[in-house]
Amino acid sequence: MPLYESVFIARQDIAAPQVDTLTDNIQTLIEDHGGSIAKREYWGLRSLAHKIKKNRKGHYSLLNIDAPAEAIHEMERQMRINEDVLRYLTVRMDELEEGPSVIMRSRSSDDRPRRGPRSEGGDRPSAGDGPDAKEAPVAAAEVPATEAESPAVEAETPVVEEEGGDK
Amino acid sequence: MSRSFFRRRKSCPFSGPNAPTIDYKDVKLLGRFLSERGKIVPSRITAVSNKKQRALARAIKRARYLGLIPYVIK
Repeated sequence: MPLYESVFIARQDIAAPQVDTLTDNIQTLIEDHGGSIAKREYWGLRSLAHKIKKNRKGHYSLLNIDAPAEAIHEMERQMRINEDVLRYLTVRMDELEEGPSVIMRSRSSDDRPRRGPRSEGGDRPSAGDGPDAKEAPVAAAEVPATEAESPAVEAETPVVEEEGGDK
Repeated sequence: MSRSFFRRRKSCPFSGPNAPTIDYKDVKLLGRFLSERGKIVPSRITAVSNKKQRALARAIKRARYLGLIPYVIK
């Protein structure tokens, strides 16, 4: 049976357990059609990069599916009917990804430094200079990194023009 | 003069050993191939090979559709 990877975004107003039951429904539906779910992931309530159906946030879920095409058709039909599903994307894969996806991996590593300064910021009046000294080098290191990126791209284009002029 | 402007041709960042795989969920990786405005950077600047650029464009468009990256950054 072909392998699929499906991501769907649920409305932000529904609670996380409801997303779980929604995923359960999809899972039973797939299994009724003779398929199986290799992996389930819940990415949590993420803010959308742009508004989708007037929502600014959504619950992201990922499913790795091994099922016949009819099961996928039925699943997508159900998702179109269900108003809690803002958007879905099902992609056929040559092989399914083992272990946690990039989002889960980056979340576990990214969130710690991001959450750190925030909680330290709250403690700042009592903690004193400690958090400030820690934060300053981080901020300084980040700014040149982003600035260094754009001049490199800009520097590239004149070079191309020069080469063309020579010829 | 023209010699000083010579630049070694960069190789495709997605070919060769331990090259990253193009995945529409990898927002961090895709972000490196977007302009400040959120447009896809042409491969003549990023040196991505033709085949990989097509795969990259597909991944970026999927990520946009899912709201992982914006269509435009204002």
